Amino acid sequence: MIFVSVGSMMPFDRLTRAMDEWAAANPAIPVEIQIGKGAYEPRHARWVRKLALPDYQARVAGCALFVAHCGMGSIISAIEAGKPILMLPRLEAMAEHNTDHQLATAKHIGIRPGLHVAADVDDLKARASALLADSGLAPAPISRFADPAFTARIRAFIES
Amino acid sequence: MTKRVLAIASGGGHFIQLMRLSPAWAGHQVSIATVDPSSRALVGEVPFFTFRDVSRADWWNIPAATLDIARILAAVRPQVIITTGALPGLIAATLAKPFGCKSLWVDSIANSEVLSGSGGQAGRVCSQVVTQWPHLATDRVEHWGSVL
Repeated sequence: MIFVSVGSMMPFDRLTRAMDEWAAANPAIPVEIQIGKGAYEPRHARWVRKLALPDYQARVAGCALFVAHCGMGSIISAIEAGKPILMLPRLEAMAEHNTDHQLATAKHIGIRPGLHVAADVDDLKARASALLADSGLAPAPISRFADPAFTARIRAFIES
Repeated sequence: MTKRVLAIASGGGHFIQLMRLSPAWAGHQVSIATVDPSSRALVGEVPFFTFRDVSRADWWNIPAATLDIARILAAVRPQVIITTGALPGLIAATLAKPFGCKSLWVDSIANSEVLSGSGGQAGRVCSQVVTQWPHLATDRVEHWGSVL
């Protein structure tokens, strides 16, 4: 199963539509899309507006490939679940976000093993097929919590 | 001496980053506030509050969010606020400041080239602002580490 999430704060129909088209071209593979506030309703993939957070985490853990916008919630969820993630960054020029920080995230964080960034929707669809055939490296496992040195400094701030 | 701590964040990545900081307040009297009621399942046995979300893109929701956050502050009476953003965390820090509440702004790891809009404003309100990227640190914005 491919699980797709576009994030909850703003619509991202470019991603929803691309993965719905991919689902139409690959009817044997189940695709489920969390479309958030998007206006486009998929015709080929299963879709849901918004899952409860525990259900969302279960989908990420259970899917063969996770496809998402380039948001930190998606990235951290994929890394925590040890799942490869294929991302399409939201673009300010297409009114998909207030700034182009998702391009910066792609550049600075998308380089980690198991994280893949698509340049556009055609690249996204091609790489979804390729990653489903061979998912390559999984993201390196991480602890449930941030670096203890970081949380220790926050604790010192709380207690000072 | 345990402190009353309010850990507050918007939804999505902001909330997931906040949860990764949980060991920082273990043993203190913490309350968690966010926008999505289904997040309660992740916070364990601590007081949990939700508020109506707001961002600069829908600024007209500021009054509703501010009202909800004021109610949460009255219930929790925090001595310390920890926030991973976004705008609602800044509203909480601003409302609580006159009552002697100190606050820490942890700018999202998503802001890897410039500090977030609210993070820039946080310098005027919060006791301390930290970035998760070493190259964004300045004399006032410190780098203490990152959630990843």
